Amino acid sequence: MDISQLVFYTFAGLAVASSVLMITRRNPVYSVMYLVLTLFSVAAIFVLLEAHFLAALQVVVYAGAILVLFLFVIMLLNLGHEFDPDIRGKFWWVVGFGLGLVLFAELFVLARSVPEAPESDLLARLLADQGAVGMVAEPLFENYVIAVEVTGVLLLVAMVGSVVIAKRKV
Amino acid sequence: MLREYIPVLMIFAMSLGAGAIMVIGSAIFSNYRPTTVKKEAYESGMPPVGDARERFAVKYYIVAMLFLLFDVEVVFLFTWGAVFRRLGLFGYVAIMIFIVLLIAGLLYEWRKGALEWD
Repeated sequence: MDISQLVFYTFAGLAVASSVLMITRRNPVYSVMYLVLTLFSVAAIFVLLEAHFLAALQVVVYAGAILVLFLFVIMLLNLGHEFDPDIRGKFWWVVGFGLGLVLFAELFVLARSVPEAPESDLLARLLADQGAVGMVAEPLFENYVIAVEVTGVLLLVAMVGSVVIAKRKV
Repeated sequence: MLREYIPVLMIFAMSLGAGAIMVIGSAIFSNYRPTTVKKEAYESGMPPVGDARERFAVKYYIVAMLFLLFDVEVVFLFTWGAVFRRLGLFGYVAIMIFIVLLIAGLLYEWRKGALEWD
């Protein structure tokens, strides 16, 4: 077992364990903390797949900004001190478990039907030519530039929407 | 390639260790003998009045939201910055449209007073 396998098993196990912990907490703030740990482990798995830029983005944008937003929304809701669990009754536990098994079966089928991976040095060559950011940026601004502009419009809509909601005189 | 992430792992391990030492050390070396009176909240000597939780001000949410949006914009700018030489005028115009859209949003927020703290 070489080092990358060891790292993979460590971070995959950490991701699974912290996501299970996340969905079983009563206090939503604890859940967000475990979600941060899950996202950090997923970023480490991205590093193993040689997607370095994506790993950095995952930590900076997802765990750094989006989860901060989650936390603020949870604190805004001001749920109080009594936290009821979401799943009430034995029946719903069984339903949840069954749905989880269905998802796991789908994942298993998908994992077995993966097509042949491209030549293993394609990624390394691209990485050496263009760098980690260049690999993402080159297709983004050459083939998908309309998507970038649409994202700009989306961000504008989000800005206007958040100001409207927060500044509304009630 | 993975070898270059060893410093990140070291920082992670050291911060984990520092946190663990602080929490476990204080649990070991403390004299925690609480009584009912000792555990009450301190309010200048009088019995505490009211709930401890105040209403959460919405200005914190606005700050977090604006930070997120401009953070995503910065990510796109980083991405553009890696390839702008190759793209020439086309890339410049593309990113300028993007930036102008977001400056329009910034102007809207400014005029609406979303950038004021109070």
